[in-house]
Amino acid sequence: MTSVATDRDRAWSPATAGGVIHPLWVRLTHWINAIAMVVMIGSGWQIYNASPLFGFTFPRGITLGGWLAGALLWHFAAMWLLVVNGMIYVMLGIATGRFRKKLFPIRPRQVVADLGAALALRLRHEDLSIYNAVQKLLYLGVILAGIVIVLSGLSIWKPIQLQELTALFGGYDAARYVHFFAMATIVGFLLVHILLAVIVPKSFRAMIVGR
Amino acid sequence: MTRLRKAPPGVDPKLLIRDAAKLLPDPARRQFLRGAASLGALAVLTGCDIVDGPSAENALRVVSRFNDGAQALLFNPSKLAPTYPESAITRPFPFNAYYSEDEAPEVDAASYRLEVGGLVDDTKSWSLGELYALPQEKQITRHVCVEGWSAIGSWTGARLSDFLLRIGADTRAKYVWFRCAEGYSNTIDMPTALHPQTQMTFRFDNEILPVKYGFPMKIRIPTKLGFKNPKHVVAMHVTNKDLGGYWEDQGYNWFSGL
Repeated sequence: MTSVATDRDRAWSPATAGGVIHPLWVRLTHWINAIAMVVMIGSGWQIYNASPLFGFTFPRGITLGGWLAGALLWHFAAMWLLVVNGMIYVMLGIATGRFRKKLFPIRPRQVVADLGAALALRLRHEDLSIYNAVQKLLYLGVILAGIVIVLSGLSIWKPIQLQELTALFGGYDAARYVHFFAMATIVGFLLVHILLAVIVPKSFRAMIVGR
Repeated sequence: MTRLRKAPPGVDPKLLIRDAAKLLPDPARRQFLRGAASLGALAVLTGCDIVDGPSAENALRVVSRFNDGAQALLFNPSKLAPTYPESAITRPFPFNAYYSEDEAPEVDAASYRLEVGGLVDDTKSWSLGELYALPQEKQITRHVCVEGWSAIGSWTGARLSDFLLRIGADTRAKYVWFRCAEGYSNTIDMPTALHPQTQMTFRFDNEILPVKYGFPMKIRIPTKLGFKNPKHVVAMHVTNKDLGGYWEDQGYNWFSGL
């Protein structure tokens, strides 16, 4: 694009076509993932309650499945949705260059500066199509947590058929802890993510209508 | 249009103004609340109506059946469960059943007979003495409970695959069904029945199987969850019909492989 672009040129340029921030595939995979995550986390909490790793259980009211068998049915049904949708998302993210463009580079100094601004509620969101350094770090982090939660989940589900993977996590019992902490990481991300969507409603709109 | 050109790319100026002016109700905010309401509705529905409703339960059972197939495909008949040294054995080994420990069925050793039936050549019953005379081997493997916990135990007994050959079982049949003294039951797939570590267990930790661990005979299947390891087994049938099982019939996954 040249610097003397006319309005007409802009309108036809793909970069600004309709001002799309999130293409349709991002929005679809985002909301399918949201449903899968709610089901996986809710049923996962019920499964955790059957044999807690720590001195607490999750209140029944926020769990899914009613009892262990029901929770397991939900968990092992939603896992297909989570994994297939997640694989499509990651493959398209890499193939379209979206990850490279949106999430990299992440400069430590910029993270510190943006984190300070965010905590002082001075971080600006004029352009939703450009992520600040804290956003980049959080989005990359939650994608990695998603990969860890799937791999540790497979280790717990199939500790014999996939015993090499289970060994990578330090064995069956250790993999349960990894799975738990990956869940805790994702839930922590969700709390911040949803809070910010409430504070910056246009970002929520963008994930629904695209801009 | 000139104003539009000055706005940063990707931003709808009208929305930007609304944000800045904190004008409410904002369409995005309304949309958010609708979204939250439907998510909340999903949580409520899944917690009560859908989960108890026959349609969702049927759908989940269909997926569970699909998962049986996926697990059967994933099952490698020659892949062995990891084994452990004596020092790794969990002591005391946890007792777990749908009844309390003092309710465990007492089976009389002298009158015990293992009933054998279905697609087998030799349907004669087996006394405990005859079973003890079978060649035996020991395994120290991990028992994984459907609840999530695991424990390492030491089990000694005869390979089920050897026994199936000895009684002339049709190993092309799909299932082996077990019935227990107090009424518990399990059906397992033939590939798992023929797995080298699937065992007719007579001893735990080198001692005759105590009542709480399934005297006189347990079927030890390290490649399956604990509830697919029946205790106090009194009958075994080779069959092409899935006869289900105590927990499987209540909604636990049928294959439950590890």
